[in-house]
Amino acid sequence: MPREHAVHDEHDEHHSLPQLRHHFETEEQQREAGSFGMWLFLLTEIMFFGGMFMAYLLYRNWYYPAFAAASNQLNVPLGAINTAILITSGFFMALGVWAAEVRKKSTLVLMLVLTAVFGLAFLGVKSDEYYEKYEKHHIPGNSFNISEFVNPPINAKTGKPTEEPLMPDMAQKTQVFFFLYFAMTGMHAFHMIIGLFLLVWLIWRAQRGDFTSGYVAPIENFGLYWHFVDIVWLFLFPLLYLINRHPFK
Amino acid sequence: MSHSIHSDVHSEKNDPLNVTNPEHAEHHIVSPVQYIMVYATLLIFTLITVGAAYIDMGAFNPVVALAIATFKMIIVLLFFMHVKYSSRLIKMTISCGFVIFLVLITMTLTDYMSRAWGRW
Amino acid sequence: MSATTIVSLPDQATAQMPKRSYLNNEHGLLSWLLTADHKRIGMLYLLSITFFFFIGGAFAGLIRLELLTPQPDLVASDTYNKFFTMHGIVMIFLFLVPSVPATLGNFLLPIMIGAKDLAFPKINLLSWYLYMAGGIFTLASLVLGGVDTGWTFTTPLSTHYLNTHVLTTATAIFIAGFSSIFTGLNFIVTIHRMRAPGMTWFRMPLFCWSQYAASLLMVLGTPVLAIAIVLLALERLFGIGVFDPAKGGDPLLFQHLFWFYSHPAVYIMILPGMGVISEVISTFTRKRVFGYTAVAFSSVAIALFGFFVWAHHMFIMGVSNYSALVFSLLTMLVAVPSAIKIFNWAFTMQKGSITFETPMLYAFGFIGLFTIGGLTGIFLGSLGMDVHLTETYFVVAHFHFVMVGGMLMAFLAGIHFWWPKLTGRMYPESLSKLAAVVTFIGFNLTFLPQFVVGYLGMPRRYHAYPAEYQVLNVLSTAGATILGVGYMLPILYLGWSLKYGAIAGNNPWQATGLEWQIQSPPLTENFLETPIITHEAYDYEWLEEKMKLEKQEVTHVG
Repeated sequence: MPREHAVHDEHDEHHSLPQLRHHFETEEQQREAGSFGMWLFLLTEIMFFGGMFMAYLLYRNWYYPAFAAASNQLNVPLGAINTAILITSGFFMALGVWAAEVRKKSTLVLMLVLTAVFGLAFLGVKSDEYYEKYEKHHIPGNSFNISEFVNPPINAKTGKPTEEPLMPDMAQKTQVFFFLYFAMTGMHAFHMIIGLFLLVWLIWRAQRGDFTSGYVAPIENFGLYWHFVDIVWLFLFPLLYLINRHPFK
Repeated sequence: MSHSIHSDVHSEKNDPLNVTNPEHAEHHIVSPVQYIMVYATLLIFTLITVGAAYIDMGAFNPVVALAIATFKMIIVLLFFMHVKYSSRLIKMTISCGFVIFLVLITMTLTDYMSRAWGRW
Repeated sequence: MSATTIVSLPDQATAQMPKRSYLNNEHGLLSWLLTADHKRIGMLYLLSITFFFFIGGAFAGLIRLELLTPQPDLVASDTYNKFFTMHGIVMIFLFLVPSVPATLGNFLLPIMIGAKDLAFPKINLLSWYLYMAGGIFTLASLVLGGVDTGWTFTTPLSTHYLNTHVLTTATAIFIAGFSSIFTGLNFIVTIHRMRAPGMTWFRMPLFCWSQYAASLLMVLGTPVLAIAIVLLALERLFGIGVFDPAKGGDPLLFQHLFWFYSHPAVYIMILPGMGVISEVISTFTRKRVFGYTAVAFSSVAIALFGFFVWAHHMFIMGVSNYSALVFSLLTMLVAVPSAIKIFNWAFTMQKGSITFETPMLYAFGFIGLFTIGGLTGIFLGSLGMDVHLTETYFVVAHFHFVMVGGMLMAFLAGIHFWWPKLTGRMYPESLSKLAAVVTFIGFNLTFLPQFVVGYLGMPRRYHAYPAEYQVLNVLSTAGATILGVGYMLPILYLGWSLKYGAIAGNNPWQATGLEWQIQSPPLTENFLETPIITHEAYDYEWLEEKMKLEKQEVTHVG
C-alpha cells in the first residue's frame, strides 16, 4: 500500500492511460522499460553488423588493391545522394518524434509519411545501383567478370589505363569485395524494408490518434531503430564507396 | 518505509547528476531547431567526407573517413536518438555495446596481425 | 502479505491446494498457446526442452552403442557423423542454452524480484514460438536425412564438401538464436526496471545475478553467431568466398566469429546453473551464501572474461602463436571467478545445518563434477597441453563434465527444488534421492573413462577405434545406460507427482526467498500487493533468531 501512495504522488500528472500494461506500476516505468529494451535490441544489431564489419576489415587489409579497384566501380554521386536521402529520412523521423511529444497529430502523420517516402527513395536508388552491378557483371558468382580489373579501360587523353591493372589472382578478390558489398548493403536494405513495413503500421495508428495523447513510446522506439539503420549506412558509405578515390597516376 | 521511498522519489527531481537512481531520467523534448542544426551538420559532413576521399592523404584517408563517420554517428546518437537526455543506464548500455564490438575486432585482429608480422 | 514479515512458515501438514492459481486461471489449449504469463511460458519451455532433451539423449545412446565395439558395425560412418552432429546441435541449442533461463528463469525471475511479470510478456511468448520454430527446423533436417558437420559447422566442410541439410539446420539455429536473444533481453530489462521497492541489487537472490550475467552473454554474443551463420548460408547458397580459401576467404574467420559466440555460450549454459546451486546450498545449509557480493560479481566477471578467451578453441587451427599465447593466458582468468564460486559454496556449507534433500544431493554432484570439469578445462586452456589433447575424448569428457555434470545436475537440482512451487506438489523423496545417486554414478562411469581414453589418444568423432580402447569404451557405454536410467526416473516420478504427490504448501523448505512467500502454485499475478523488501534473500540467521524468540514466547506463556 505505501508503494501505491508514493507512486501516485509522484506521477499524478500522468493520468492512467489505457496503454499502461497490467504488470507495470507506472507509465514512466513502462516507457523506460520499452526504450531500454529497444536499446538492448540495437546492441544485438551492433554485434550482428559487427561480424560483417570484421570480415570487411580483414579482407580490405588482405586484398587492398582489389578492394580499391572494386570500390572505384561504385558510383560516388549516387552513394552521396543516397546518404543525404537517408539523413533526410532520419531528420523527418526525429521531427516525427517531436510532433508526437507535442501532440500534433497531422504533423506526426506528415513526418512519418515523409520518413517513409525518403526511405523508399533510398531503396530506389539502391536498387538502381544493384542493377548497374548486374549489368557490369559485378555480382559475385559464375557470371562475375574480372576482365575490367585486369585490363582497365584506357583513358583517351593520356593513353594510360584509368585504373591500376590487377594481376588475375588479385582481380579475383574483387569478388570478395562485391560479396561484402552486397551482404552489408543488402542486410542494411533488409532492415530498411522491415522498418518501412513498421512505418506503414505506425502511420495507420498515428492517423487514428494513438500517439498524440501522451503515449509516444512506439514512435520513440521506432525512431531509435530507424536512426540506428541510418548510423550503419553512415559507416557503410565511406567504407564501401570511398576506399581509394584519389586518381591513379 | 513509505516515508523513505517518498523522499527518494522527490530527491530525484533535483538530482542533476542522476545519482540516486541512475536508471531514470526526466523526459526531455528536443526542439525542432536543434534537429535542423543536427541535420545541416550531417549533410555538411557528408560533403566533407566525399571531398576528403579525393585528397591523397595516404594512410590517413581511412582514418579521416572513419573519424567523420564516428562524429556523425555521435551526433545522431546524442540528438536524434536523445542519448544526451537519457539516463546513465542507457549511456552505459550503449558504451557496453561498442566496447564488446571493439573486443570482437581487436581480439580477432591480434590473431591476424601477429600471424603476419610486418605485412599489416 | 504485509510489508513487515518477510517469511511465512505455514504448517505443511495442513497445506491445501489453493483454489485459484496460474494453472487453473484459464482453461484450454489455446489459453496456454496464447498466454503472456511468464509462469505458463516457463512450463511450455519445460515441456519442450524435455522433449528435445530426450531426442538428444537418444542420439547419445546410439553413439555409445556404436562405440561398444571397436569395429564400425552398428551404422555406417556417415550415419555416425549425423548422430553426433544431431546430438550436439539438439543438446546445445535446444536444451542447454534455454534449459535453466527459459524454464526456471522465466518462472522465477519476476517472482524473485517482486514483479508481476517480465517486462515484455509478448516478446517472451514470441521467444517460445521462435524456439519451437527452431526445433521444428532441426527436426525437419533430422527427418530429411540429418546433417553431419558437427555442431561447430566447420568451414569449408560445411560450405563446400557436404551434401546434407546444412541450410535447414543453420536456419534452425539462427531462429533459435533469436529466441535466446529475446529471453536475455527480457531478463535484463526486467532486472533493471521491474524490481519491487526495496529490492536493491545486493538484495537480489544470486539466481537473478547469474541470470543477468548469462543474459548479457545472450544479448551480446548470439548476434555474432547469427551473422556467422548467415554468411555461411550465403556462401553455401551462392558459392561466394568469404570462408573459402580457394577464393581468397579465410576459414578461420568463421571460427573466430563462431567461437566469439560459442565460447561465451558455455557460460550461458553454466551460469544459470550456478545460480540454482547458490539458492539450493543456502537453503539446505540454513545459511547466508558466504561472500554474497563476491559470488554475485563473479557471475558478471565470468560473463566479461568469457568474451576474451574464445580462440582457445582454435589453437591447432592455425591462429598465430603469439595470439594463442595471449588467449591461453586470458583463459586462466576465467578460473578465478569460477573458483571464487566453488570456495564460497564450500564456506557456505561450513558450520551450516546441512540436510540432504534431493536438490542438495544434485548440488553436491554439481560441485564435484563441475570442479573436475573446470580443472580439466585448465589443461585444455594451456597452450602446450591443448595441442596434445584437443580433438580427443579428453575434450569430450571435459565439456560433458561441465555441461552435463555441471549444468544438467544444476537443472535437475533446480527442478526438484522448485517443483513444489511450480506445481504445488512434492516429488517422492526417496525415489528422487535414488535418481540423484544413480545419475551421479552413471555420469562418472560414463565420462571418467573418456578422460583416460582421450589422454591415450582416442580421437573424438570417429566411430571405429583400436581394439585396446575397448575396455574403457565398454565402461563408458555401461555408464551411459545407468545415466539413462537416472534421467528416466525423474520424468516418471515427477509426472506421477503431478497427480499423486503430497501437497507442498507455500514454503516446504522453510526458505527465505521471496518466491516461497507466495502460494504454490502462484497466482497469475504473482503478488496480490506489490511486496516491499526489507531484507536480503538469504536471511537464515535472522529467521533462526526469530523462531527461537517465538519458541521462548510460547514456553513463557505456557
